[in-house]
Amino acid sequence: MSMVEQVVTLPGATPLSSRGPAPTHVVVGYGFWLFLLSDIIVFAALFAAYAVLSGETNGGPPGAALFDKTHVFIETACLLASSVTCGFASLAVQRRDRPSAYLWMVVTFILGAAFLSLERSEFAQLLASGNGPSHSAFLSAFFTLVGTHGLHVTAGLCWLAIMMLQVATLGFRPMISRRFFCFGLFWHALDIVWIGVFTIVYLGAR
Amino acid sequence: MTDLSDAQGQAPGMSEHAHAGRRTYLIGLFYAAILTLVSFWVSSTGLIYTPGVPILLAVLAVAQMGVHLVFFLHISSAPDQTNNFLALAFGIFIVGLTVFGSMIIMTNLNHAMMPMDRLMQMQR
Repeated sequence: MSMVEQVVTLPGATPLSSRGPAPTHVVVGYGFWLFLLSDIIVFAALFAAYAVLSGETNGGPPGAALFDKTHVFIETACLLASSVTCGFASLAVQRRDRPSAYLWMVVTFILGAAFLSLERSEFAQLLASGNGPSHSAFLSAFFTLVGTHGLHVTAGLCWLAIMMLQVATLGFRPMISRRFFCFGLFWHALDIVWIGVFTIVYLGAR
Repeated sequence: MTDLSDAQGQAPGMSEHAHAGRRTYLIGLFYAAILTLVSFWVSSTGLIYTPGVPILLAVLAVAQMGVHLVFFLHISSAPDQTNNFLALAFGIFIVGLTVFGSMIIMTNLNHAMMPMDRLMQMQR
């Protein structure tokens, strides 16, 4: 009720029925938001699989003995910082401020790459100690969940590199701003998924 | 982005002014960093009653997700955000259904399943 009143009392507001179609950036943003929510539902299925299988270690060591919390803390810090620098980059793109857009995009890329290399070293360590995904249901679920998140981060880094090239070649035209805006949403959503990963997989390990 | 206030709704993540935007991200970083530090501390300290730790971790994680949604994705319950907010609510509903539904069903099946050794005896 209060929402309807607020819309009506906006200065110069026209009723919804007599407004034209929403502007492109709103439609693009909303569509991408729906994609992100469905992507998060994919992760929910993987989280459910992990939650069900986390005890099935097939005689191997449990999660608490395998994971290094300091390592995970550094990964978390990298991803959180990259989320903030990505926000700064999208503000710079909105302002059409080229040097600071490049600066924050490069910082975001470096932090994302640092996260990925830390994750790769963790996976390599697990594989080297014989705790690969084929060892137990628990490790299969772990590698699928964390690996899917890692793949998303990899895709995000490729996207970011392409965005840097496109800003260089095409400049800040509305299409490029919209693409970068969607990248920002994607990157922030990955950070939200990582909160679930580090809480359930690493901190909740028994 | 002031010319958008009259538009039909608002895309998620749109911030109004550049300066306010930067401050928003820094406030978000501050809260998120505190929540992350607390959850790492909670998981490694012996000070907290052990059965309460998973619940505390869950609360901290949900709080941090909320901080990210509000300060980084700029989701709010403002009238021009109704579409985004409703989509988010539906997404959370499906996520809850998937995760808790699977856990309840699988726990129940585990409970109802005959112990493996009995099953092997019956097959002979």
